[in-house]
Amino acid sequence: MAETIFAPWDDPTEKPLIRFRNVTKRFGAFTAIDDLTLDIFEREFFALLGPSGCGKTTMMRMLAGFETPSEGTIELAGQDIAAVPPNKRAVNMMFQSYALFPHLSVYDNIAFGLRRDSLPRADIDARVGEMLKLTRLEKFARRKPHQISGGQRQRVALARSLAKAPKLLLLDEPLGALDAKLRQATQFELMDIQEKTGTTFVIVTHDQEEAMTVASRVAVMDEGRVMQVATPERIYEAPESVYVADFIGDVNIVPGTARAVGDGLFQLNWAEDTVPFIAASEGAFSEGQACHLAIRPEKIAISAERPPEAENAVHGKVLDIAYLGNLSTYHVELPGGQVIKAQTANTRRISRRSFTWEDPVWVSWTKTAGVLLDQ
Amino acid sequence: MQRFVLIAVPYTWLLALFLIPFVIVFKISLSDIALSIPPYTPTLEDGFGPFFSALDFENFVFLTTDDLYWKAYVSSLRIAVTSTAITLLVGYPIAYAMARAPEEWRATLMMLVILPFWTSFLIRVYAWMGILSQEGVLNQVLLWLGVIDAPLTILNTTTAVYIGIVYTYLPFMVLPIYAALDRLDGALIEAAEDLGCSRVQAFWLVTIPLSKNGIIAGSFLVFIPALGEFVIPSLLGGSGTLMIGKVLWEEFFNNRDWPVASAVAVILLLILIIPIILFQRNQQRQEEA
Repeated sequence: MAETIFAPWDDPTEKPLIRFRNVTKRFGAFTAIDDLTLDIFEREFFALLGPSGCGKTTMMRMLAGFETPSEGTIELAGQDIAAVPPNKRAVNMMFQSYALFPHLSVYDNIAFGLRRDSLPRADIDARVGEMLKLTRLEKFARRKPHQISGGQRQRVALARSLAKAPKLLLLDEPLGALDAKLRQATQFELMDIQEKTGTTFVIVTHDQEEAMTVASRVAVMDEGRVMQVATPERIYEAPESVYVADFIGDVNIVPGTARAVGDGLFQLNWAEDTVPFIAASEGAFSEGQACHLAIRPEKIAISAERPPEAENAVHGKVLDIAYLGNLSTYHVELPGGQVIKAQTANTRRISRRSFTWEDPVWVSWTKTAGVLLDQ
Repeated sequence: MQRFVLIAVPYTWLLALFLIPFVIVFKISLSDIALSIPPYTPTLEDGFGPFFSALDFENFVFLTTDDLYWKAYVSSLRIAVTSTAITLLVGYPIAYAMARAPEEWRATLMMLVILPFWTSFLIRVYAWMGILSQEGVLNQVLLWLGVIDAPLTILNTTTAVYIGIVYTYLPFMVLPIYAALDRLDGALIEAAEDLGCSRVQAFWLVTIPLSKNGIIAGSFLVFIPALGEFVIPSLLGGSGTLMIGKVLWEEFFNNRDWPVASAVAVILLLILIIPIILFQRNQQRQEEA
């Protein structure tokens, strides 16, 4: 059975659930969000990724209704929501601090939103039971928030924000307070729950790994602007700017000037008296235009001899080795002082490592391994 | 050993300044009035046997025979409860506004609440006499504004006592509530609104329950001194204001009847201690649940 790929953003007939249209938000003289336009589709797991102060939390608070845009409109299912107060929005939020009510039991916390809709008691009971089961909290229903662990509190917060079956769930750094192991497990749990409930999730995070793991699409933000919106693979493999390339994962940035050599290929003159690099690019560059080659360390091979068929190869010496257990990252100094990071999997024991400090080596990569960026 | 010393210090303090005086007062309440110094018998000079055999509960029985006493207790309770309630109604919004005020203002606002303590309590109560009297500031202003035609009689009434108590004890209500509200995480209110509460609902369902401890502490801090209050009813109240503090004073100084006055004081203490113990039991049970 051919599974259809979930990609509503590529379908022009699909109507977005959320629409930011030229949204600007100022706090006094400070511009938190700068003329931002963005569509988020139903059933998406959308990540807002950026360093602190980039405006991602402000965007989320505008969706929840705690802030209103200074300019522009935000539409939810085709309706401008500027005038709708938070308590009337079909949007729920999971707070970074969880914001569990300390005076209420786990059960009452989850039932809090349902009771506001004055549902019959039996319905509330059923729904809370369902949420407790979904988040595996049945045993803790009678406990108070201070009597359970951090991971359990996190699940209570999630259950509470899902209880009202919102059209849109906002998660503000939902895993920030958990330790690394638990965070990984919870990431998959979140994806599971998102799939099961079919709710649209918007997650705010500064952790790129988290965003890449959970999200269907990622918006990389900087200083109130969206730098790029794409699937995690596109963001990683085809960043549109040095900022995005640098923010996501590890990357080598080699600055230089471009020269077209035809067939979508460009030469990058990166230092004097050296052989220029060759790179394929979808975008065009004019003669002598300043540009950057962005290339991931794991796409660079390291060898003692010059590989005969290599499209790009350059000689250098090992400056530093970072041993990460499963991987090793070699810092190789090229003539002219540029340092390139090359990563290899440690398939052999460390005692049998081929290179050590100060060894002369060749680093090489294919012409499609990196991307050429103009900014 | 260190722990023992640490615990011993406050207990010695309590023993010396609370328990021993209380035992003395309790002993006097079991004694008889006498024309001597001190004005009661027996004393330990009489020897142990006669000393203990002379003690009895006569004074407590006497308190039940005269209407005055239980009426004074009931009236004191009524005044203390009512003024605690008024103080809460006035103090809560003040504390709430303080906690919601911009960060840089809070220290100043706190200062303003504490400021009255820098002046003698007696002088401030006298000042209220100047404000509330027939020719006082309040009546002058109201007459000038045309709100009233003839000056109101406020001074020497129970109303003046309420005004005095609420004014005096307001900081004791505001400060603990402010402390509780200040600690309240703003995200909780947002979470409540996010889950469908209006502002008002969020206040009743989240803010009030979470400031409960402040409310209770503030209420005790107002209720306890208000119940035994003596200065305010004697200066601002009239002959119609019956309060146990005043009765106590009269027994001691006008009648020089120390034993009866001590009995009045012991009963007053019991009235105060019982609700506190009940409250603490309740708190403990809640913690355990």
